[in-house]
Amino acid sequence: MDATALENDLRKKRMWAFGIVGFFAMISISTFAYNEYYIYLSVYLWFGFIYGMCLQYGRFCFSSAFRDLFAVGVPRMVVGVMVATALFAFVSAFISATGLSTFHAAPTSVHAVIAGFIFGVGMVFAGGCASGSLYKTGEGNGVALIVILSISVTQALFADVAGWTNKLVPESWHESAVAKGLPSTINAGDGWVDQYLAGYVWDQPVMTYASLLGLSNDSVAGAFFANVLIGVLVPGTILLIIVYVFWSRGGFKRKLLKKQSGFSFKDDLKGYWAMISSSKRTAIAGLILGIFCGLQMLVTQGLRVKFGVRNAGSLLERMGHDFGLSVNGTVFDPGYWYVTTQEAQWVGWAFNKMGAENMDNIYFGFVNGIPNPALNPADWMSLALIGGAAVMALLHNEFKFKKPTLELATWAIIGGALMGIGSRLGLGCNVGAFFVRVSQGDVSGWLFGLGMIGGAYIGVKFFNWWTERKMAKQFESCGM
Amino acid sequence: MNFEKQSEGHYRLDVKGYVCPHPQIYTKKALSKIESGDHLQVIFDNPSSGESIAAMCDITGDEIVSQSKEGGQFLWDIEKA
Repeated sequence: MDATALENDLRKKRMWAFGIVGFFAMISISTFAYNEYYIYLSVYLWFGFIYGMCLQYGRFCFSSAFRDLFAVGVPRMVVGVMVATALFAFVSAFISATGLSTFHAAPTSVHAVIAGFIFGVGMVFAGGCASGSLYKTGEGNGVALIVILSISVTQALFADVAGWTNKLVPESWHESAVAKGLPSTINAGDGWVDQYLAGYVWDQPVMTYASLLGLSNDSVAGAFFANVLIGVLVPGTILLIIVYVFWSRGGFKRKLLKKQSGFSFKDDLKGYWAMISSSKRTAIAGLILGIFCGLQMLVTQGLRVKFGVRNAGSLLERMGHDFGLSVNGTVFDPGYWYVTTQEAQWVGWAFNKMGAENMDNIYFGFVNGIPNPALNPADWMSLALIGGAAVMALLHNEFKFKKPTLELATWAIIGGALMGIGSRLGLGCNVGAFFVRVSQGDVSGWLFGLGMIGGAYIGVKFFNWWTERKMAKQFESCGM
Repeated sequence: MNFEKQSEGHYRLDVKGYVCPHPQIYTKKALSKIESGDHLQVIFDNPSSGESIAAMCDITGDEIVSQSKEGGQFLWDIEKA
């Protein structure tokens, strides 16, 4: 491509980037002019946009954290995730201490480890986690789009699965689910996921590091000492020390010994810092993500107070949009960064419009609803995340439409399906079940993370075998 | 994926169209096969793989001699340490 053609191409891309920003701005302004309640959805939109820009700028993909560590010995993303988690934890602790947190801890048990494991294998197969696939879609990546479709469809189907799967449900789960006395329209005694949720998961203890120490999550000691220091900083630092010792120290020492004769503890400290600061893009993205994730909680809670609601379902109802609200009048409205549930919802909504009876389960019918995607706050966040990533990619000349090959499409479907199942078993993905929960001092967050690490290891083992097999023929033809 | 020998000590790995983790795994495997001082030209179009390949080379000591980018496609020349 000559210089003029290149300049024209870049100009076109810049125009597209400004067009996307203008489109989102127009949506925000016009919907607000129509009804002020839409500002609630616009908050989701613009935070999603910022997340998309950060993720693309920092190539911030949770799946690469342990995958790249195991596959190619690169620790940059583990560092990025830990930086973001620590920052988010600090901002969240401040919000918790002021009583404005929108977070609710999840039940803790071995189910989080199993869910994380399934999710971990899936994200390696798919080539990206739930949030990574969203931002890569914004880069024009067709494989990532297939991953999103696979996660979405699998979740919508899995949440409503019944029939023969009821036979796989232990009697104790069934009895416990029925005993919860949920509304008859939900029929908690029918469906594998319903009985798993109401009959097993809900019976598990909900724990934060603050509650384990007998402190309140809303107290300064509980929020900062227990949930941040003990729940995030100590395990995060230990994790990074392990990563440094096993993956980063050797290379750093080798380079340093070329310049000097000995290697002291002080040099180890330098090496540890060099590992943390090695990828500035990733660290900067983690820093901004951490701060904005906390701010989203604050702004959303502020709007809830302003409008006198506890959930966006009430706002949708006031605006006359009552289709798809749960039996409790709610819709999925976390008030913070989340990825997978809104993906399940839009497919659930589409299935429902095609005649499926999918509001008789806990996931859609009792908790999250299936509102029209055009009115679903979390869907606004996901779409804007794709848009934000697209803007960043266009401005940096990194946008490129990529058609998926059959091989990659197959991995995307399998990986996406595993991530969809793991998300529903773990009540969230790498963002909702790991990043957010760890940052808030929820004990189940690290359990999901442990499972994810194990899953990533197995996924990498498989891909090592797969690529070895494919390259063997090529090496042979080169006489190697 | 295509790996070929272009001339003595010069190899080319084309992983266009591949997403993570394929480009970085293929690059690692290709670098492990060639000799010290040999050059590997890597062509890829998955931006995040670039971050991983650069970090990998920084750790192993392999040198990225040149980098170019055009239309979302990256062309890197790596000299094995």
